[in-house]
Amino acid sequence: MNAPMETIEISLDVNGERVKRSVPARLNLADFLRNELELTGTHVGCEHGVCGACTGRVDGEIVRSCLMFAAQADGCKVDTIEGLSDSREIEELQSAFVLTNALQCGFCTPGVLMAAQSLLRDEPNPSRERIREYLSGNYCRCTGYQAIVDAIEAVARARAGRSK
Amino acid sequence: MKAPRFAYARPASLAEALALLAEYKDDARVLAGGQSLVPMMNFRVAAPKVLVDINRIAGLSGIKVAKNHLRIGALTRHVEIERSAEIAHHLPLIAAAMPHIAHPAIRNRGTFGGSCALGDPAAELPACALALGATFIAAGKKGERRIAARDFFTGLYATALKAGELLVAAEFPLKKPGYASAFGELARRHGDYAMVGVAAHGSTQGGKLSDMRVVFFGVEDRPERTARLERALDGQPATQKTVESAIAGLDADLSPRADLHGSAATKLHLAKVLAARVLKTMEGVAA
Repeated sequence: MNAPMETIEISLDVNGERVKRSVPARLNLADFLRNELELTGTHVGCEHGVCGACTGRVDGEIVRSCLMFAAQADGCKVDTIEGLSDSREIEELQSAFVLTNALQCGFCTPGVLMAAQSLLRDEPNPSRERIREYLSGNYCRCTGYQAIVDAIEAVARARAGRSK
Repeated sequence: MKAPRFAYARPASLAEALALLAEYKDDARVLAGGQSLVPMMNFRVAAPKVLVDINRIAGLSGIKVAKNHLRIGALTRHVEIERSAEIAHHLPLIAAAMPHIAHPAIRNRGTFGGSCALGDPAAELPACALALGATFIAAGKKGERRIAARDFFTGLYATALKAGELLVAAEFPLKKPGYASAFGELARRHGDYAMVGVAAHGSTQGGKLSDMRVVFFGVEDRPERTARLERALDGQPATQKTVESAIAGLDADLSPRADLHGSAATKLHLAKVLAARVLKTMEGVAA
């Protein structure tokens, strides 16, 4: 691709399915997922990378989907909360969130689950302090975070117990 | 808000990128990690007509150690620097700074070169580059140009890069024996931009401080070294007492800008508190 264009043809993998679309250059990945693919689990909060509600996964790593243009995801593998939920990858986290009442309005929850899963993949048994630090980029305006940290810690400890 | 309309180009080579930058000049912006530029576009603070996405250019990314220096490619993601054993070994100041840069999802995308080329006064990596005496390498249509870190940051979001130039890498001298580093910042929330930050590097060999470079960020319009504080430390015993008596030099060294975080007086006070805290815990500084 050489000449600058306002409309871009993209082809990417979203939750294991090949998707091809023609998108405006200015369309961000979060809006592409929500409006074009109707995957509305990815939430749009602040639109400047502060709140974490739009956290998604691109090529296996969590990103702010409001700070990436859909055109940049061309050729990438994108996973959304719907994909992680359907594949049961985050089943334990979801159950723990329900058990500990780690959500109220639920707006931040998809992003928090995305971040939590990424943390536990890289660091299976983090301290509470580390969980808080890792989730510092995800705002929750309901819970006060205590129950969220409880839920993630419970999953980490349960997994650590099983692997002994 | 959403970004304004623009045209998007994704060059596959450095030559293509430079040709685009030369053609569109001030209408073009380079899109690297996008973790600062895209928010600025969403806020409509920046409205480039053309975005030149350099993310698919091979060879702009990576960490390489040579005999006397370590080279960080401009497109190297923060996460790669954070996890690099070479960085931890040769540039511990940068290793210490990385966890302070925003949040994991942002460090997965944000790049070394993007952070330096933007020249945000509260950013960590420009301060580290200045403290460590890095040399930036910019590519233009006429070839490469080397710019010392002290000449690179020229003001608020301003650098020595010229229109049509692309930052491709920086070279850092390897840490010498007897040298130590210390880093710290004050922020309301972990990962937020610093209210005040400090990056320090120097020798504590033989129990004496020398060649000290103490750089503040988030205080003035660019990262700044502190001549009086550094002079007051140089040649003195590497002790907490030396640090305490040298801190007063900051009154004359720093002219803080008042901002959302506080008045100039508040920021000067915080700078002194932070400097004492960070320098006293530097490796090789005795109680």
